[in-house]
Amino acid sequence: MFDKILIANRGEIACRVIKTARKMGIKTVAVYSDADRHALHVSMADEAIHIGPPPANQSYIVIDRIMEAIRQSGAQAVHPGYGFLSENRLFAEALEKAGVAFIGPPASAIEAMGDKITSKKLAAEAGVSTVPGYMGLIADADEAVKISQQIGYPVMIKASAGGGGKGMRIAWSDQEAREGFQSSKNEAANSFGDDRIFIEKFVTQPRHIEIQVLADTHGTCLYLGERECSIQRRNQKVIEEAPSPFLDAATRRAMGEQACALARAVGYTSAGTVEFIVDGDRNFYFLEMNTRLQVEHPVTELITGIDLVEQMIRVAAGEKLSFGQTDVKLNGWAMESRLYAEDPYRNFLPSIGRLTRYRPPAESAHDAAVVRNDTGVYEGGEISMYYDPMIAKLCTWAPTRDQAIEEMRTALDAFEVEGIGHNLPFLSAVMDHPRFCSGNITTAFIAEEYPDGFGGVSLPKEELRRVAAAAAAMFRVAEIRRARISGTMDNHERTVGTEWVVVVQGERFRIAIDADRQGSTIRFAEGDSHRVTSDWTPGQSLARLEIDGEPLVLKVGKSPNGYRIRTRGADIKVAVYTPRQAELAALMPEKLPPDTSKFLLCPMPGLIVTIDVEEGQEVQEGQALCVVEAMKMQNILRAEKKGIVASIKAGPGDSLAVDEVIMEFE
Amino acid sequence: MKDILNELERRRDIARQGGGEKRVAGQHHKGKLTARERIDLLLDEGSFEEFDMFMAHRCTDFGMEENRPYGDGVITGWGTVNGRQVYVFSQDFTVLGGSVSATHAQKICKIMDMAMQNGAPVIGINDSGGARIQEGVDSLAGYGEVFQRNIEASGVVPQISVIMGPCAGGAVYSPAMTDFIFMVRDSSYMFVTGPDVVKTVTNEVVTAEELGGASTHTKKSSVADGAFENDVEALYEVRRLVDFLPLNNRQAPPVRPFFDDPERVDASLDTLIPDNPNQPYDMKELILKVADEGDFYEIQEEFAKNIITGFIRLEGRSVGVVANQPMVLAGVLDIDSARKAARFVRFCDCFDIPILTFVDVPGFLPGTKQEYDGVIKHGAKLLFAYGEATVPKVTVITRKAYGGAYVVMSSKHLRGDINYAWPTSEIAVMGAKGATEILYRSELGDADKIARRTKDYEDRFANPFVAAERGFIDEVIQPRSTRRRVCRAFAALRNKKRPMPWKKHDNIPL
Repeated sequence: MFDKILIANRGEIACRVIKTARKMGIKTVAVYSDADRHALHVSMADEAIHIGPPPANQSYIVIDRIMEAIRQSGAQAVHPGYGFLSENRLFAEALEKAGVAFIGPPASAIEAMGDKITSKKLAAEAGVSTVPGYMGLIADADEAVKISQQIGYPVMIKASAGGGGKGMRIAWSDQEAREGFQSSKNEAANSFGDDRIFIEKFVTQPRHIEIQVLADTHGTCLYLGERECSIQRRNQKVIEEAPSPFLDAATRRAMGEQACALARAVGYTSAGTVEFIVDGDRNFYFLEMNTRLQVEHPVTELITGIDLVEQMIRVAAGEKLSFGQTDVKLNGWAMESRLYAEDPYRNFLPSIGRLTRYRPPAESAHDAAVVRNDTGVYEGGEISMYYDPMIAKLCTWAPTRDQAIEEMRTALDAFEVEGIGHNLPFLSAVMDHPRFCSGNITTAFIAEEYPDGFGGVSLPKEELRRVAAAAAAMFRVAEIRRARISGTMDNHERTVGTEWVVVVQGERFRIAIDADRQGSTIRFAEGDSHRVTSDWTPGQSLARLEIDGEPLVLKVGKSPNGYRIRTRGADIKVAVYTPRQAELAALMPEKLPPDTSKFLLCPMPGLIVTIDVEEGQEVQEGQALCVVEAMKMQNILRAEKKGIVASIKAGPGDSLAVDEVIMEFE
Repeated sequence: MKDILNELERRRDIARQGGGEKRVAGQHHKGKLTARERIDLLLDEGSFEEFDMFMAHRCTDFGMEENRPYGDGVITGWGTVNGRQVYVFSQDFTVLGGSVSATHAQKICKIMDMAMQNGAPVIGINDSGGARIQEGVDSLAGYGEVFQRNIEASGVVPQISVIMGPCAGGAVYSPAMTDFIFMVRDSSYMFVTGPDVVKTVTNEVVTAEELGGASTHTKKSSVADGAFENDVEALYEVRRLVDFLPLNNRQAPPVRPFFDDPERVDASLDTLIPDNPNQPYDMKELILKVADEGDFYEIQEEFAKNIITGFIRLEGRSVGVVANQPMVLAGVLDIDSARKAARFVRFCDCFDIPILTFVDVPGFLPGTKQEYDGVIKHGAKLLFAYGEATVPKVTVITRKAYGGAYVVMSSKHLRGDINYAWPTSEIAVMGAKGATEILYRSELGDADKIARRTKDYEDRFANPFVAAERGFIDEVIQPRSTRRRVCRAFAALRNKKRPMPWKKHDNIPL
């Protein structure tokens, strides 16, 4: 076994690999760019080596830099993580030449699977089901119809040079194939000046399901079940799970065996993933093979109990796999939510900055549930613009899918992230989405269910009552504390009442609180009541409560006469009034948000460093518009609301006085 | 006998109706509450003790003898805020437009006299059309009496003004002399002369909102200390502020149970200061992470944002915070920020509220605008305020503390009690680049040489240790331990006594 390995990566995956290496008694070497000087993976590793400036193409993917770090540290093996150099044949070869083990597949396998067309050909030869299609040139409409019949409807007729849906038709019949061919050809000729057309099977209700394979250098190749990764936004995976709610045992075995056949065919070793697209009838077709550890590998680990990184290291060290196919048992259900530094309310615009607060839910593992969080960041750390915006992977495991989802809801509610925009509310929303919960998902789920983007969540009435009960109980505790201030008039202290009115999301709940040592019983005017218990104290930003014995986790912020509450993807203001206050509050006018000016004015005398937008560009609320340097400090000016830049009145190098116009919006 | 008792109730009913249903509806229509409703929100439920409910004016000019409503347009008395006594007056716009008569002013003066005698704050809710013209000079005399009491009460009991409607002409000068002014957006305005007069005299066309609305006074003029969305929110926030203040200048600031460990260590503060010395960071994060329960009551949030002022609690005790804000103008001191912070420091000193200062200041803002407008005198206000303050003063330098601005910001030389510095601090007469360019003017042509000189200067002075060697810094502390160190520093200063030489009063450069 190796004494020391180098991890040629950063972020959560570098931390993930370091954890297993440490468990195995192997020393670790981290590499870092200027931007990662204070990163978590650097502090976790036994040693860390600087490899260059922030952009990855000057640091993390420069083979020479990594090779130099290996020489310097004397590492015997390299784990590449995912991305960066993980599927770079030249890197694998360079390591081979230097006599350093690559914790991954042989260079030949990387190369074979690296090209989409070659890999598809190899897969077909290995007996793997591929999307039926005709790659050759199609002479005329008659031939198109003939080919379509052979493939079987529906088919997709596509321009070779196509893109963005142009020159693309779906045909369900001979007639549609004939018409589709002609119109695609015309459109392709007009749009791309290239009228070559090809036809392939159109996969309906497509799901993205992938098989994890693991092979050693002694001829053993196993499949470790599947992962369903259909919840994607613009090809970016958001939520994954294992197993898939869609596969039956026979399909799983067939997919697993084909995946292993392909792996064997290319002499694959280490962990790898064969991706399939699966249609509504459980027909599956090969997409591509990822010759590395996948981002979403933890869900497989959670249902198999196998540490994939450990197995990769052992295989790279020449060890035999210590278990066989029949030892691989799929146990329970695992979910993974990817936490992205992207603002869901601003069309998932990447968000950078300082993590002023970062408190993931506590990791835990027992028979009924597991919570695992793979992270590469920490409170007080900086999210830079240079790398992937994914900052953590929150995984839960439970015996059933429903329970795993429920665990995930609670874990997401307890995840505190402040300082940057992030997709936690969106993840929560999906976990509560009936269609997601039913398991009836396809890769189009997000596009279909959130066609206009994500606008936040309104809590259903029953949930709202639970939140109202919790807020009232909490508010009362806080008011009692306020009344216990020093300097009160003896015998004329304030008595905190029991009658309250909770106003939230436009609803008014009249309630009465019976408090005792253990908690509070909140009686609603309608007659029902909720029992609230909690160890929350005023000022805590996270409240873990039990409402009638069921957990409720709230993020608690400040708001006049109440709280800003975030839970289950909702972000709402809850006001708790005495009956008299409520009566008077009802008289207050609704105010529209103030009209922000159509101009961006220079807020201070300074020098324009950069203008980050162009005339005619649409900008999202919070987007950086320009940088002004004043007193040698760079200040980023951001859009106050969504809009279109009408004109730009200043350029880099301009020295502006306060309130001078920088740009105008439409 | 019963009839006699009922007569009282009957008269009370009349008084409570104020200007009558129609005027009350009009008030509500404007998004405003009535004077009594406001008192209900300000005080603990059922705690209001009213005085002078039946007082009426004695004016007989212009037919006024026909219209002598109970209360004369202002409701006065005392009550409690979380069990602590406060005096309150609330002008009733539904009764004679809340206009100030001799009688109206008398009522206010009565509770102000009681407040001073009994040592409790005065909270004034302003919603008045101004002087009662029918009374002429009697009305002005009334204002004058109120002004004089504002002045005498200043520094004796806290005075808070809440502007919840018009407040124009001479009337503005009573709130102007109180400790805090809060406004309600869209329904309150303050000015000395209104839009009509402005147009006649200067030809400027301006709306009342533009001339003296909440936005103008919180962002531009700094007359107001805060603005709120509506009456309910404003009065809730005033209650919150009262919880930070002592009742008078002979009583210690309040203490309240707290749920935050004074020993709490916050590792994320170790990375608050960016690697690049020219990159800003948000000083408010430090304030929130040091404060009990992250609770910060900011004063003048919208004005001179390059300095932050407000109240926090440490171990349940009120502390005033003054902090440079590197996010705005690099945290530089200028006229506005010096004035804002000076007034805040003096308030804290009046009422025995200890002062915590966070320093990251590159110096004073240069420029003709500043010099012509008198940055010398205005800057001196903050210097003066810190130097004369005898309350416990704890200072933490986080990064830059350059030149005269270093001295101003509650330095040891101004009798700072405990002065801490983070290891990232640079306590020097100026930044390295500027210093080198002056010291080595002859070498300016040689970039390499200058770079080396700059580096030398940085190595020697861009740290807290030169100051620490001289005892100007009591201790260099880890950022993560700031809360613990600051809590212990204030704990050690709880019995601080520091007499100043006898004087009638000082002569701060106004």
